[in-house]
Amino acid sequence: MSEILHLHNVSRHFSGLQALRKVTLSVEKGEVLGLIGPNGAGKTTLVNTICGVTPANSGTIIFDSADITGIKTYQAARRGLSRTFQVVQPFAEFTALDNVAAAALFSRPGESLKSSREQAKAYLAFVGLDAQAGQSAATLTLAMRKRLELAKALAMRPKLLFLDEVNAGLNSAEVERATGLIHQLAAQGITIVMIEHLMKVVLNVCTRIAVLHNGALIADGAPRDVIRNPAVVEAYLGQQYAQRNASHG
Amino acid sequence: MTRVNVSLLVLIACVAALPLFGGAYALRLGTIACMYSILALSWNVVGGFAGYPSFATAAFFGFGAYATGVLMNDGLPLWLSVVIAAAAALLLAALLGAVLLRLRGHYFAIASLSLVEVLRELVNNATDLTGGGMGLNIPLVAGSSVMSDATFFFYAMWGLFLATALMVMAVASSKLGFGLACIRQNETASSMVGLNTTFYKSLAFGLSACFVSAAGGVYAACVHYIDPSDVFDILYSVKPIVMALMGGLGSPLGVACGAFLYLGLEEVVWRNYVQIHTGVLGLLIVMLLLFLPHGLISLRPGRFRRRAKHV
Repeated sequence: MSEILHLHNVSRHFSGLQALRKVTLSVEKGEVLGLIGPNGAGKTTLVNTICGVTPANSGTIIFDSADITGIKTYQAARRGLSRTFQVVQPFAEFTALDNVAAAALFSRPGESLKSSREQAKAYLAFVGLDAQAGQSAATLTLAMRKRLELAKALAMRPKLLFLDEVNAGLNSAEVERATGLIHQLAAQGITIVMIEHLMKVVLNVCTRIAVLHNGALIADGAPRDVIRNPAVVEAYLGQQYAQRNASHG
Repeated sequence: MTRVNVSLLVLIACVAALPLFGGAYALRLGTIACMYSILALSWNVVGGFAGYPSFATAAFFGFGAYATGVLMNDGLPLWLSVVIAAAAALLLAALLGAVLLRLRGHYFAIASLSLVEVLRELVNNATDLTGGGMGLNIPLVAGSSVMSDATFFFYAMWGLFLATALMVMAVASSKLGFGLACIRQNETASSMVGLNTTFYKSLAFGLSACFVSAAGGVYAACVHYIDPSDVFDILYSVKPIVMALMGGLGSPLGVACGAFLYLGLEEVVWRNYVQIHTGVLGLLIVMLLLFLPHGLISLRPGRFRRRAKHV
């Protein structure tokens, strides 16, 4: 496998608050990396930094063999970095179809509005929203809007897909459905970095886990090893989880 | 072409028949109506499509008036002066837009408002070029009779009105219009899907300024004399916004109707209540906005309303 993303000593602070401390991390092509850590650990900031929303104060970011440190958000999107938002960000007045069409239209130069709408149908069908194509995004349920986010991200034909808490706020049936979609994407060979709090999903889907705590990377490795790592247990999982996990096998 | 666009073109075609019925007074009023329609339609590109409340209309109106005036005094014909003024405004606005449009909401409104003041002061102080506070005389272009003068400028302004309407329709149905609608709804998400928001906003600002500037140029030639406090009047910024709100934000047909309605009201109120006309007009506007918040266009059910909401 070859490396698709490499962060070297990436730091970011918001005036006094050090959100990321010299994070060095690699993502291999085709893997599903789980990014976990307590609230405020810097997970979303890390994704924002890679995507150019909050540029890094220091360090370098290499994506697909090119230095993308300090790149603009729209440029990152056109290079194949796409993401879903923790708090869904639909174009509320647009129909579901136009939401996805916008993603197809602007992420590639030379796309026409008409062909984007054609392509959008396929992505909506993939996430199971074809029946809602003509509905305005504002009228969709949260679970549907999360899937709409996913369809938008996919319409950009990403090389690397960030999933920021796609399961937060969903019930267990909806989580199962979303997990199934992630499995399908991974099977298609899309590299995925997912931020997730549901350990069941993380262990089910991820091939590797990285743990952030106070902006620093404290563990990175195979899921089974990481969840037994004492530092991770201390910072995030808690003793109870570790014991339950140990007794289960 | 959608029904709503056809309706706008029919409206514009009807306006063109005005010289067949009206005298000089009606023609002057028609010229002003066309002018305000241009300003309101142009404002709608930035304020309605992209959702950026610009108060810079007066800045580009004055810029166009002075650019045209100065060029005509240098011996250039009217049409060439107006074209140069429009092109210069496009460039100026796109450059300024790239800086100003980083601000959002009230901050952008204030910054765009300051643009009017800055340009006014510049013109006031560049006495050698613009005559400063003394104003600027502009050579006569049309025929000597009152009627031929009025007819000429009516059709000049009407032609610009048509051009502006065509521009706005083209923007609305294009990738640019779709992108501006994305920006209005969620700018963060727009850049996340690969939309170069700064470029789109600057382009919209430039296109909007371009036609406003041309209208300013024709206005200057029409009135033969301009001074800074006349053409950089903040009312040129405010009235188009009121018109767009009255007609229906985002809908070109609505905005054009709003301009005609506003001017109609203004004229009727002014004639009947000379002493208190601004008060009465203000009250009418408040009532209209209170009871018809989505503008005239919302009175028509079905297709008209849906188009208005989308772009």
